[in-house]
Parts: sequence; structure tokens; C-alpha cells
Amino acid sequence: MIFTTTIQTGAGYWNPIIWLFSFGLISILIYIIFTLIAEKSYKKDTEQTLPFLSGNIEEREEKLHVKASNLYWGFKTSLEDYYKFISKLRLGSDAIINDYFTWFIFTLAVIFLIIFGGMLL
Amino acid sequence: MNLLEHSPALIVAIPLLTGFLTPLVSKINKKLRNFIILISLLLTLILVWNFAFSYIFPREEPFVYVFGANSPGITLPSGYKIPVRIIFEIDSIGAFMSLITSIIAFLSFIYSLEFMKKYRGLEKYYTLFLLLTAGIFGMEFTGDLFNFFVFLEITSIAACALIGFHVNKSSCVNAGFKTMVMYTVAALFFLLAVGLLYGQYDALNIGILATKINGSLLDKLALGLFITALALKIGSVPMHFWVPEAYGESPSPVSMILVTNTQASLYALFRICFTLYGIVMNTALIGWIIIILGILSMFFGATLALIQRSIKRLIAYIAISQIGYMLLGVGVGLTTLENPQLLQNYGITAMRGGIFHIFNDAICIGVLFLISGAIIYRTKIYDMNNLGGLARNMKYTAIFFIISSMAISGLPPFNGFVSKLLIYESVYKLNPLLSIIAILISIVTLANFVIVFHGVFLGPKLKKFDNINDAPKEIILPIILMIILIVISGMFPDLFLRNLVEPAVKSLINKEIYISAIGI
Repeated sequence: MIFTTTIQTGAGYWNPIIWLFSFGLISILIYIIFTLIAEKSYKKDTEQTLPFLSGNIEEREEKLHVKASNLYWGFKTSLEDYYKFISKLRLGSDAIINDYFTWFIFTLAVIFLIIFGGMLL
Repeated sequence: MNLLEHSPALIVAIPLLTGFLTPLVSKINKKLRNFIILISLLLTLILVWNFAFSYIFPREEPFVYVFGANSPGITLPSGYKIPVRIIFEIDSIGAFMSLITSIIAFLSFIYSLEFMKKYRGLEKYYTLFLLLTAGIFGMEFTGDLFNFFVFLEITSIAACALIGFHVNKSSCVNAGFKTMVMYTVAALFFLLAVGLLYGQYDALNIGILATKINGSLLDKLALGLFITALALKIGSVPMHFWVPEAYGESPSPVSMILVTNTQASLYALFRICFTLYGIVMNTALIGWIIIILGILSMFFGATLALIQRSIKRLIAYIAISQIGYMLLGVGVGLTTLENPQLLQNYGITAMRGGIFHIFNDAICIGVLFLISGAIIYRTKIYDMNNLGGLARNMKYTAIFFIISSMAISGLPPFNGFVSKLLIYESVYKLNPLLSIIAILISIVTLANFVIVFHGVFLGPKLKKFDNINDAPKEIILPIILMIILIVISGMFPDLFLRNLVEPAVKSLINKEIYISAIGI
């Protein structure tokens, strides 16, 4: 079909129709397998479906939600030094117009160096 | 007289004249004003499509339109050896960019009808909006460097005023001011570069200049100024500062059209690197400059997005990151321009990916801004920490967000996957590290959208959002249309690649055709 021609990507190919068909087929297979090996003692809407909170008193439902800035807390904490470095470079949100100009002039100088340096090579 | 031959002039003139007409019609009737703008943008959309598919894509040579000549095709007045009139020169890449602009401008206006309804001063808003649209078309069509500078200034003034439209909000005015300062610096340095070329060669036309440039010291100085000025305009790191301010603080439909404005500068950067300097300069060296800017933008954009709390600022940082993919793809193509074997081997594929990503970026980032606007329209909240559980109230918005964020993160079977796959599988032949970075940044991009989806849409239903539901149909309609575009271009990418992207890539590579079209 004219619209579903496979695309050559340089090192392979891509056809979304084949992918979608395969994805659907694999999803159905996974569903069937999970239905066959599913826990038989599971009862919907009973106490067994409630979360186990290690005996702690359950917070109000609204407070249970992990807020956006807390998500990937560990990942972001491990990158703290990187963000401090960015802040020191004045590349983050705390930069002011003076920093904008400094970076503009710096970039201009580097590009000149590359262009004129390349001329000498 | 064939009116369609005058399409290039009409495409710029219709929004421009409607822009000036808007304040007058506003005094009479606001509905009439909206109707006139709707018709003008629809007419522009039809003209662009008809012009692109009738005159540009079927043939290889660009369409030349001369203002003020007896016939629009006469480039040289009698007795002159170089063109002196204003000339529009539209090839496939210009037509490709104008197609994107026409779609985005039209949908952005439909969205504005409801989104901006409650604000005062809409006659100014729509005038600026139409000026911005006309300016972007001008940037994409012109074949003259000074003319490009004029359109650059028109878009800059209109964009900055639109960014600071909410004059009662200090953050908006601040963003508008900062953007204005940076745009002015970029425009001044661009003008300085144009002056350097004009002083040497007595010409401003890109085609003429391309034949005259000999790689002198001043030519190289001008090239450095062009690249830096335009890199600032596209928000490339480390000159990205204005982007989160401008995209994050402006009204959502403005954020969407600002993406197109940024892409017009990206087009200019490619035009200058390929057409103007492609013959005499070492394009591999320029290509590496573009690649480095792309990698920096991808990396810093995606990692800085992780620590944002404002939904719109997060998307703005992702927009910076996506610019990096386009720079990477086309930059790799530029490095191979002098070597036909490498160009065939991987350069063209990288450029196909980069150019296709321009379309995907405009649609996906654009719709993400519209979705964030729909959330803000209902909740009045920008901070994601104060949002949650909205998937229960705004079901359709949540689904649209999933599709658009998957698409821009490069997940199959959407359009972003296709363009990114083309980039991954070609740039590694130049340097495998480039592909590795590009793939890793796609993962970080997805992580960013997981933050937004979890923070905004998941979680228990919050009492303060009890009475909230999906945004009105005028706001949802443009989102749906863009989602349809995402799905179609993802499911049938060959349709877009063959008919739009490949002619655009060819027109950038075959610079001699663009240069000779001027008739010298």
C-alpha cells in the first residue's frame, strides 16, 4: 500500500503497521498468560486489596500523592552537585541579564575561535 | 492574470493587512473581528497548501517572486547586473516551513478564541498575533538578507509584546523585557553580519552573495556572527535563557506560535550554512559547530527540565532539548556535504530525521503547550506540586497528554519515534557517542513527562478540583486536530517523508539550484 511503505532508516527499517500488529499480538498473548497463571484467591473489593502500610496509620488520601517535585527524589539528589555546578555557571533559572550577555559573548568568542582556528588547519 | 502566481505576496500580505484592520473592526464588533481573522488565516492556510503542492514540491527549482517588477518572474531590471528589488525565493524547505506555520497559526487562533476571551485588549493581541504570523512567513520566503532582518525585527517586536501581554503580572512583563533584550542583541549582530557582506560585495540577495563569497576574513567574521545570533534566536544552549521565560510566561497559544517563530530562525541558520557558505567554506567545520550546539541543547534542556515546578517551564526546557535533535540531524548532514559518498551513506538520512523533527516538534511541543493551557484554564495553577488527580476530571486531556508526550519522547508508533530513529541510526556513523547521548536524552525526556503525568494527572481526586472537567470544545478542538496529525504522521511517516521532508532535504543540499534560480 502506498502509505505503509517500510522506511529505510540507514541501518535498519521501520514499519509502524507491522509494529502495531506485533504489539497487539504480544499484548493478547501476555494477557492470556497472565489470566492462566493469575492468583486464584484474589477477591475484588475486599480487605485484601487495601495497601499494607506496616502498621502505620493511613494518611488522608489527598496526602498520599507523591508531588511532582518529589518524584525521582533519589535521582535528583544524586545529581545535586551537577545542578550546583550549573548554578555556579549561571546557566539555570537564577541567571540574570548580565549572565545572558556573558554567555552570548563567550559563545561568540568560541565560535570565532573554531572558525578562525579551522582556517589555520 | 493568474492570482495564484502572487501567492507568496498574498501569504504575507493577508495576515499583515488583517492585523492592521483588527483594531478598527474591534471598535465595530468583536465577533466580526474574530470572523475576519478566522477567514484570513484559513485563506492563508489554503494558499500556502495550494502554493506548496502546485508550485514548489512538484519541481526542483525554487519559485522566485519579485516585488515591483512588470512580471513577478523578472529578477533583473533592464540595465542592471544584480537584482535590486525585494525578492522572495521559495524552495521546498521554505514551503515545508510555511506549511507548519500556517497550520500552527490557524490552530493557535482557534484556541485563542476561548482561551483569551476573558482578557481585555484583544484587538492588540490579535494584531500582534497576525503581525507575528506575517513576519514568520516573510522570514521563510525571503531571498534577501536585509529583508530577512526586517522580518526578524517584525517577529521580535510582536513576539515580545505577546509574551508580556498580561501586563498586570510582573513575571510576564519581566519575561517580555528579557526576551526583547536578547532578541535585539541577536538582531543587531545579524545586521552587523549583513553589513559586513554588503560592504564587500554590494549585494544582499542570498543567491548573489553565495556566488561572490570567497572565504575572506570578513566573510568568516560574518559567519560567526550569523551562527551566534541565530543560535540565540533558536534558544540553543548556552543562550537559551529567554526560552523558559518566554514560553513559560506567555499565554499558551502564544507559546505554541513562538515555537514556529523559533523554527523560522532555525531555517535561516540552515539556509546560511548550506546555501550562503556551502560553496566556499569548510562545511564539516560548520557542521561540527551546529552538532556541538545541538548536543549542549539536548543535554542541558532535558536535565534542567527535571527540576522545574511550573508545567509550562518544564515543557519550555523540553523544547530547548528538542531543538538539539534538529541541530544534530542537520549538523551531521552538513559535515558530509563535501563528501558525496558519506552524504549518501548517512548524511541524507540524518538530515531527513532532523527536518522531519522540525514538523514533529512544532506539532508535539505545540500541543503540549495547548494541553498545559487547558489545565491552567481550568485550575489557574502553574505549579505541578499544587496539582494532582486531574485524570479523573479531565479524562480526554490526560489521554491527549499521554499521546503527545510519548510522541515527543520518541516512543513508537508516533511521529517522534520515526524522526529520532532516523537520527539515531545515521549519526552514529559519524560518531557513536552522538547517538548514545541522543538516546539517553530521549529517556530523560520521557522521565520528565512521567513527572508531569504523575504530578498533574495521577493521584487521588483533590477536593479543590471537584467541579473541574475538560476544557471547552474551542480549546479541545485544536488539540484533537493536532493529536490526529501526530497519529497520522506516526502511522504513515512515509507519506510525510516522501512528499514533504525529502524535497526539503534536497533543496538544502542542491544549493546551486537555489543560487541559479535568481537568473545570474
